[in-house]
Amino acid sequence: MMHDPNTLTCEEFQDQLPDLIGTGEDINLHPHLQNCDNCRALVDDLVTIAAAARLLFPFAEPPDELWEQIESAIKGQGNLPDPG
Amino acid sequence: MPNSQFPTQPPDSTPPRLDRGASFPASANRSDPVAPAVPPGPGQPDAVTRAQAGDHHAFAQLYSLHKRRIYSLCLRMVGNVGEAEDLTQEAFLQLHRKIASFRGDSAFSTWLHRLAINVVLMHLRKKGLSLISLDEAMEPAPEEGPGRSFGAPDLTLAGAIDRLALQRAVDNLPAGYRLIFVLHDIEGYEHNEIASMLDCSIGNSKSQLHKARLKLRDTLRTYPRQEERR
Repeated sequence: MMHDPNTLTCEEFQDQLPDLIGTGEDINLHPHLQNCDNCRALVDDLVTIAAAARLLFPFAEPPDELWEQIESAIKGQGNLPDPG
Repeated sequence: MPNSQFPTQPPDSTPPRLDRGASFPASANRSDPVAPAVPPGPGQPDAVTRAQAGDHHAFAQLYSLHKRRIYSLCLRMVGNVGEAEDLTQEAFLQLHRKIASFRGDSAFSTWLHRLAINVVLMHLRKKGLSLISLDEAMEPAPEEGPGRSFGAPDLTLAGAIDRLALQRAVDNLPAGYRLIFVLHDIEGYEHNEIASMLDCSIGNSKSQLHKARLKLRDTLRTYPRQEERR
């Protein structure tokens, strides 16, 4: 059921948020946010989280012995000639 | 073990893009999630070709080029060092078995990235993250679910997030939430791609991502209070 965006309650707006965020339109222009500090704060926080996610988890280095384990497993599969 | 839900043959795909609304971060200033981990050096195409022909040294070269990216991907998705190491090993073993089937329709790094994701998804499924009924399986217990936000705002993140706090919060997300969050917000896959990978609906992917962000917000809003008590 479609609701009039101008008369949405917070609950109705937040129910629609997952779809509103992915539309490609600027959610900040949504009528509900013009008069609702609470939902505006929520959207601002979600934007902040999504932006911060980009800075998360720099590349990590696997331990050196991992290659030895992989090489050993490949050898175990019979696909690697034993250098010895 | 072959799995019909998570084909071990990674499909060729175009690089994922972000599809957020205008108020959410655009992908423009973000590196392509499946761009090569390092600039494709002059020897890389040859390394793939030689590895396909069974040249072990070329395969070792490919491992060296891609190990950090694949290990980091696994680590993000499972949030556990030991499991990430095991999954990285399995991904490269699968690569060794399947590299001859790489046709070059997409970038090798894209193909390998999808192969690694499939390895992780198979692992999670074995651990009990049922993707047959993802809607139910990914739904955390009610007490774990994110709270919605009604009433007066009490504490917002004020546009700044402690990076370490966010990383911890992501690590502590329920597995289903973390999976969607990592694939979308960190790895940059679109909802239709995630839906295809996880065999769920696009709506479910959107819903789970939203809940993951809400859960993170809940966690981060309590973080300053936890720190103050220390």
